[in-house]
Amino acid sequence: MVDPATASRLQFAVTTIVHIVFPVMSMGLAPFLVYFTWKEVRTGESLYERLRRFWTKIFAVSFAVGTVTGLVLEFEFGTNFAAFSAAAGELFGGPLAVEGMMAFFLEATFLGVFVFGRERVSDRLYFVSSLMVGLGTWLSAVWILVANSWMQTPRGFEVARQSGEMTILLTDPIAAYANPRFPWMFVHMQNAAVLSVALFMAGVGAYHVYRRRHLGVVDGGNLDAEFWRATLKVALVALIITAPLQVIHGDAYGRHVAETQPQKFAAMEAVWETDSYVPEYIVAFPTSVDDLLNPRAKDIFGIGIPGGASWLASGGNPQAEITGLEEFEGSPPVAVVFWSFRAMVALGFWFVLLAFWAGYRWWTGELFEDRLLQKALMASSVLGIFGVELGWIVTEVGRQPWVIQGVMKTTEGVSPGLTATEATLTLAGFVGGYAVLLSLYTYVVGRLIRRGPKVEDGESLPDPVRDRAPAPTPTEVSEDD
Amino acid sequence: MTDPLSTGAVGPLASQTVWFGVALSDLWFGVVFAFLAIFLFLDGWDFGVGAIFALRGRTARNATESERRRCEREREQCLAAIGPFWDGNEVWLVVFGGGLFAAFPAVYAALFSRHYLLLFGVLAALVLRGMAPEFYEQREDRRWRTWWGRAFAAGSVGAPFLLGVFAGNWLLGVSGVAPASLGIGLAVVALNVAAGAAFLRLKTTGPLAEAMPDYGVRATAAYLALVSVALVLLALRPAMRDALLSPAPIALVAGSVLLAGGYVVAARRGYPYVTLGAAGGLTGALVSLVAVLLYPVVEPGTGLTVEEAIIGAPAVELLTAGAALLIPLVLTYFGVLYSAFSGPIDPEESY
Repeated sequence: MVDPATASRLQFAVTTIVHIVFPVMSMGLAPFLVYFTWKEVRTGESLYERLRRFWTKIFAVSFAVGTVTGLVLEFEFGTNFAAFSAAAGELFGGPLAVEGMMAFFLEATFLGVFVFGRERVSDRLYFVSSLMVGLGTWLSAVWILVANSWMQTPRGFEVARQSGEMTILLTDPIAAYANPRFPWMFVHMQNAAVLSVALFMAGVGAYHVYRRRHLGVVDGGNLDAEFWRATLKVALVALIITAPLQVIHGDAYGRHVAETQPQKFAAMEAVWETDSYVPEYIVAFPTSVDDLLNPRAKDIFGIGIPGGASWLASGGNPQAEITGLEEFEGSPPVAVVFWSFRAMVALGFWFVLLAFWAGYRWWTGELFEDRLLQKALMASSVLGIFGVELGWIVTEVGRQPWVIQGVMKTTEGVSPGLTATEATLTLAGFVGGYAVLLSLYTYVVGRLIRRGPKVEDGESLPDPVRDRAPAPTPTEVSEDD
Repeated sequence: MTDPLSTGAVGPLASQTVWFGVALSDLWFGVVFAFLAIFLFLDGWDFGVGAIFALRGRTARNATESERRRCEREREQCLAAIGPFWDGNEVWLVVFGGGLFAAFPAVYAALFSRHYLLLFGVLAALVLRGMAPEFYEQREDRRWRTWWGRAFAAGSVGAPFLLGVFAGNWLLGVSGVAPASLGIGLAVVALNVAAGAAFLRLKTTGPLAEAMPDYGVRATAAYLALVSVALVLLALRPAMRDALLSPAPIALVAGSVLLAGGYVVAARRGYPYVTLGAAGGLTGALVSLVAVLLYPVVEPGTGLTVEEAIIGAPAVELLTAGAALLIPLVLTYFGVLYSAFSGPIDPEESY
């Protein structure tokens, strides 16, 4: 049996890590769907209709799974973190309720129109529904991040204690909800979602472009080849815009963390003793196994930029002082934060490189010929989502031991009546259930992608890959029915 | 706080916020239960469709090919009928949870942590119900569809049953599984089947639609029987008996009998909207009964009253203003959705 606090934390970690995949997919796909719908309505070209239909299917599956896994999270605040919910509900529950009323209804009702209503509503209303779905997904993120940013940099409240029980009272709504952390979180998260989906679409497009060449189909002039090339191009435009932005505001966000959550920043850099002229370790290897679990930037073998971390924290001064972890009460698992941060930053730079590479090839007219680029895009298709996961690990693990920074410890937030048996049972259920859920989702989305856009009756056009028999590698092309 | 009798006197009466003559604590008590009732009606018919999907969609082992095809088509009809709506309908559960959390966080925390395993059961059922239709559509082979069909039916029956048990336990202030709660759980399932049958009568055509009045009438009769059993079981507790014998609960029970009669008459004579309306009335009456029996206590387990459990003045005012602005907008979205898909829905309509 795992103790209730640990089990609850692990369970929440598992459910969030799985859940975030689906909102990232829907938030990131939304602008693409709006664009495809707009082009479809304006030009009437079947290419855009096919793009809209195909990516809407992926959106719909992601939304269905995202809804139910999100509901799990909402319930977990009550089931596993009842002490937190009872104490902070006045500030934290409001944004969640407003998210439901303002964003989730918008998204869910217009998704019904958008998915099923092409034949039933006017072009104008159809386009408006795509906009509303997109707006809903983004507003959803707004309210979740309003709630989350308050936990990171809490403002506008007062703590009252009655017979040992903590109650957090709202005193200044504007300070609480127009939180200084919010804009950084929102911009970084939203851009990350679009970037992740751009990488995903680019990977999918590259896969089909690559496979067609592999099969000796250079250019059939058929719709499917056009479809995948269009997918790849649209995705690359988004990648070229979002990848550099992610690094730019990521840097500013990091500075904000250094100012407002110095403990988290120290964990990100593994700075234990307060020091100035702290280097930024680009590559770092621990000299012993102990350091892997509890890294100290000074003790590890690494390549560092002298003064780099100080420079990042202060926004340009390599001499700046960084407060070390030893000066704070408790500390997060430093290794997790340190390594996740490095992996995230590395991925961020890789995406910029990829964007430049693809942009250059496009400019020289060799986009569909550069097979190494296509392989790189395929290999990077889910790395954006990994980047988001790593970013959230830095954000959420980095603020431990606090659930509300400086106000309430995570262990204090756990439901008092929860037994180890109950908590362990549901934790095991979640690990198993979510593993099944993720594999099913991957299977279904993978299958949709391998089969490509559905060819409707009357518009069936020859597809050299699908129609030609026999397939060269049975495992690769021949799916069931 | 643990003694329900003493709480009224120590409640923070002075800080009570009143808008237009209504205490905001009472208003939110009403709003939260209204969210629950709307959810239980709108998503209730989706659950009912799931149960009918299982009942109607069964074929004998030695069924003929044409029989199989009829079943297959009727299953498609069931899924197509709820396809555009269920996502939106389910959000009412999210706002019920969110509203309870936002307005009465202490109640949310106490109720949800006390019914820990029960709520995870609800979630598991909702996960199955939510994923199944989406996954069902992805492949055409029989085994895949059989399994996702089962998952859909299990989720559609399991979720309302467990939510009914949850509501019963909430009312009784207990954490285990009380017999009366089981009765309420089964009654909710029957009620949802009645609503689902009325909904399918409106949204489909052919043999499926024609069979629906029979299903609905039987479900309504089962509902009345199950609710009677649950009420008898509730009345075994002296405190609950006194509460039940006051005017409002009696009126709600009598109203339910009349509405059930109305459902049967309307279903038999072929007035689908009236039938569906009667099912809605029955759902409203059931949720109102729970609310009336609770009030002014909102969580019998801890004895918290609405006045004690409501959040502080600035927070509740902000929440009320937000909800007052947003709820009319939400109703507009639903208006757009339901008018876009008025009339029967063809299974071919998707994506």
